[in-house]
Amino acid sequence: MAKHKTPLLDELEKGPWPSFVSDIKREAESRAKNEKGVEYQIPVDVCDDLLGVLELSYTDGETHWKHGGIVGVFGYGGGVIGRYCDQPEMFPGVAHFHTVRVNQPSGLYYSTEFLNKLCDLWEFRGSGMTNMHGSTGDIVWLGTTTPQLEEIFYELTHNLDTDLGGSGSNLRTPACCLGMSRCEYSCIDAQDLCNDLTHEFQDFLHRPAFPYKFKFKMDGCPNGCVASIARSDLSFIGLWKDNIRINQEAVRAYIGGEIPPNGGAHAGRDWGKFNIQKEIIDLCPTKCMWMEGDTLKINDKECNHCMHCINAMPRALRIGEDTGCALLLGAKAPILDGAQMGTLVVPFIKCESPYTEIKDLIEKLFEFWMEEGKNRERVGETMKRIGLYKILQVLEVEVDARVVQEPRTNPYIFWKEEEVTGGWDRKIEDYRSRHKM
Amino acid sequence: MAFISSGYDPKQPMKDRITDIGPKDYKEFLPPVIKKNYGKWLYHEILEPGVLMHKAESGDEVYTVRVGSPRLMGVQTIREICEIADKHCGGHVRWTTRNNVEFMVDSKDKVAPLKEDLLSRKHTGGSFKFPIGGTGAGMTNIIHTQGWVHCHTAASDASGTVKAVMDDLFDEFTQMRLPAQLRVSMACCVNMCGAVHCSDIGFVGYHRKPPIIDHKILDQICEVPLAVAACPTAAIRPTKVDLPDGTKVNSVAIKNERCMFCGNCYTMCPALPLSDGQGGDGLIIMVGGKVSNRISNPKFSKVVVDFVPNEPPRWPTLVKKVRQIVEAYSKGAHKYERLGEWAERIGWERFFEVCDLEFTWHLIDDFRDPAYETWRQTTNFKF
Ligand code: HEM
Ligand code: HEM
Ligand code: SF4
Ligand code: SF4
Ligand code: SF4
Ligand code: SF4
Repeated sequence: MAKHKTPLLDELEKGPWPSFVSDIKREAESRAKNEKGVEYQIPVDVCDDLLGVLELSYTDGETHWKHGGIVGVFGYGGGVIGRYCDQPEMFPGVAHFHTVRVNQPSGLYYSTEFLNKLCDLWEFRGSGMTNMHGSTGDIVWLGTTTPQLEEIFYELTHNLDTDLGGSGSNLRTPACCLGMSRCEYSCIDAQDLCNDLTHEFQDFLHRPAFPYKFKFKMDGCPNGCVASIARSDLSFIGLWKDNIRINQEAVRAYIGGEIPPNGGAHAGRDWGKFNIQKEIIDLCPTKCMWMEGDTLKINDKECNHCMHCINAMPRALRIGEDTGCALLLGAKAPILDGAQMGTLVVPFIKCESPYTEIKDLIEKLFEFWMEEGKNRERVGETMKRIGLYKILQVLEVEVDARVVQEPRTNPYIFWKEEEVTGGWDRKIEDYRSRHKM
Repeated sequence: MAFISSGYDPKQPMKDRITDIGPKDYKEFLPPVIKKNYGKWLYHEILEPGVLMHKAESGDEVYTVRVGSPRLMGVQTIREICEIADKHCGGHVRWTTRNNVEFMVDSKDKVAPLKEDLLSRKHTGGSFKFPIGGTGAGMTNIIHTQGWVHCHTAASDASGTVKAVMDDLFDEFTQMRLPAQLRVSMACCVNMCGAVHCSDIGFVGYHRKPPIIDHKILDQICEVPLAVAACPTAAIRPTKVDLPDGTKVNSVAIKNERCMFCGNCYTMCPALPLSDGQGGDGLIIMVGGKVSNRISNPKFSKVVVDFVPNEPPRWPTLVKKVRQIVEAYSKGAHKYERLGEWAERIGWERFFEVCDLEFTWHLIDDFRDPAYETWRQTTNFKF
């Protein structure tokens, strides 16, 4: 029997899409029955009370959660977010309902053995409710009490060989696309890079040392499946520098209609016969492709690696072999001076384990930002305040026309004295010798 | 409910302490066919909605069945996922960056039984547990945040609005009949803890009333300077207030016309609540963003509906407006054209017309510097 009546939430059990209400109810019922005899360490009816407080929000249109009180594990400044209910008498099971962020494995692959162990721990010491995964990438565990935090951390590190993720003004848990493990477009080993940097910068991940949060995300190619260009302070996007590899026979098969374009992505509608001129050559943003008879030509020097032709004809075209990645700095959501996309700071860098060159750049950046960044200022905002050129100097990378969309539209250049012939130290007498007052 | 220790000793927190070990090595979790062909994939094909085949240089093939999930799930459901993965996939499974679950098998004959098994599983309330889809030129799962399930600044619910919209557009998840991918996101307040600002369609919960000041308790439970500093628009200043009983207390004053309803002050100071179920809170709809570099550059989303009321449990107005946009896009866009590219090609003035949406003064940007770049500086517009 359900503890609380939830007529509004029950409406969300209907319809085809997987119902989160059914899912919470399922957890509530399983806890009530407790067929496995689990010694629950937080209230048995935590999921019933979660449904209850949510139904209350559905009734009055207001959230019933409070922020407040710093909670966490000893020595770490992140990984746990304190959460309390503002109706603890009505819903004692969720009076304390803290979030635990568990660092996900790169690429989000799991063995069922490991997943089941995670489930056992979280059912025993928490609500059993999770987010697979939080927007940052972590495994998010929703709802436990303060005394359980150290116990969870102890079991995670001792028995599951896994650590907490980041929160607060820390390095946040890095995240990547699935990269080379199953994507033919991946120009870098996104998973390995993500895993490597996560381990390399553990200290920053667990101990707040920054003005504000900092995120790394890695996309294997410009398709951007982990949205690094929009969501990460430092975005890694895989690229190739040389030529797109062409299989002319497969090109002809696409033209002949033997292979569906775009991997079959448009199969649900009749878009007519594939037309290589209209669908590929004309849509190429740099107009660097053409046909010579039945042979496809690409002027690779002019290609800006937008991925369109490769996405559209994956059997005929492959990324090049001289691969690496671009680094883009400073993406963030609109809070506060408007949204920012990552700005290109390094057009191309080799991206091979142990990533020494990349790590050197990151260290320079962190050192600078910890010094110059204002409190609660994202690095993208710092960059806006001091200018892109200053950042390039910090990173000690060469100035390159690729880092701008277009050159400046004003002549207000802050020349440096040493750049100007003769310097700025002039004598009025000299001037007057040429010009009478 | 007896307390059971993990081995941790609160008197000696440093004893046997293990820290800074990071995540487990992802390589341990790769299915054998993935591990063997790592970095050696040749091409892929979407065999049908939700089913991918990747071909490796070695000739090996891996078949992936992608299913949706509500993201918010209990360990019972995760164990069921494990049970399926044990039965069909040799004990491996993965999640996508958009909260879908992927089951992988190493030969084609294993696909049909896997699919049948997945689709046969339903919740007692009738919804699918594992609907197959989310590939190609269609709509995949909606990225979303916590909402009323867990966050203190949420102006709307995340899981409920997403469920209502996904139910309505379910056919776009299970089919591939749109001009290109349609990426939809939801955030429950203007902090936008997701990539809502770069999605084809995003809906964002937001408040419209400045905080209520609880003068009686403010000074006892908050640090006034922290509350003042929290405000991004400098709308808050310290002040002294006379309570009805005659006592004078330290508190704050808020310049209401400067408030952008972000809730940062409430995060710092619980005596400044701003949620309002009496007509204040609701959602905005943003469209036309993208993160891919394909054909055109990544783009930010633009606000096209200034307010949709909170209508739990099924948010009919939100659902209707999102559908209007999807239908107009589906009808008007060229093959490969993302929603934002289509809107730019036809012009935003035409976008409002074909989507049957009203353009109000709220949609003219007046927030700080970037606003100017959104105004029109040409006579190239349409009647
Ligand atoms: C100052 C403004 C912000 C505040 C006060 C804030 C507060 C929070 C809180 C309290 C949570 C935890 C929700 C929960 O689990 O109960 C959260 C989650 C999160 N925040 Fe923020 N946030 C802010 C801005 C942002 C911004 C600008 C971003 C993105 C760039 C962001 C990214 C995230 C992410 C990714 C999560 C995890 C959400 C999820 O997976 O559902 N936050 N935020
Ligand atoms: C046909 C070419 C493409 C292939 C083979 C492809 C492959 C993939 C793969 C393997 C994933 C899962 C990634 C992961 O979970 O880490 C994925 C997800 C995604 N891709 Fe792509 N991608 C392609 C084109 C694109 C394009 C052009 C865009 C953007 C315009 C894009 C945006 C995304 C997004 C947002 C996701 C997350 C979707 C989800 O997990 O359900 N992809 N793609
Ligand atoms: S970002 Fe590129 S490499 Fe990574 S999964 Fe997406 S398409 Fe593949
Ligand atoms: S990747 Fe883009 S720019 Fe390069 S040839 Fe293909 S369509 Fe043209
Ligand atoms: S978007 Fe806002 S309400 Fe939602 S989880 Fe983030 S901070 Fe909380
Ligand atoms: S809601 Fe935001 S803008 Fe309004 S007073 Fe609070 S901190 Fe300032």
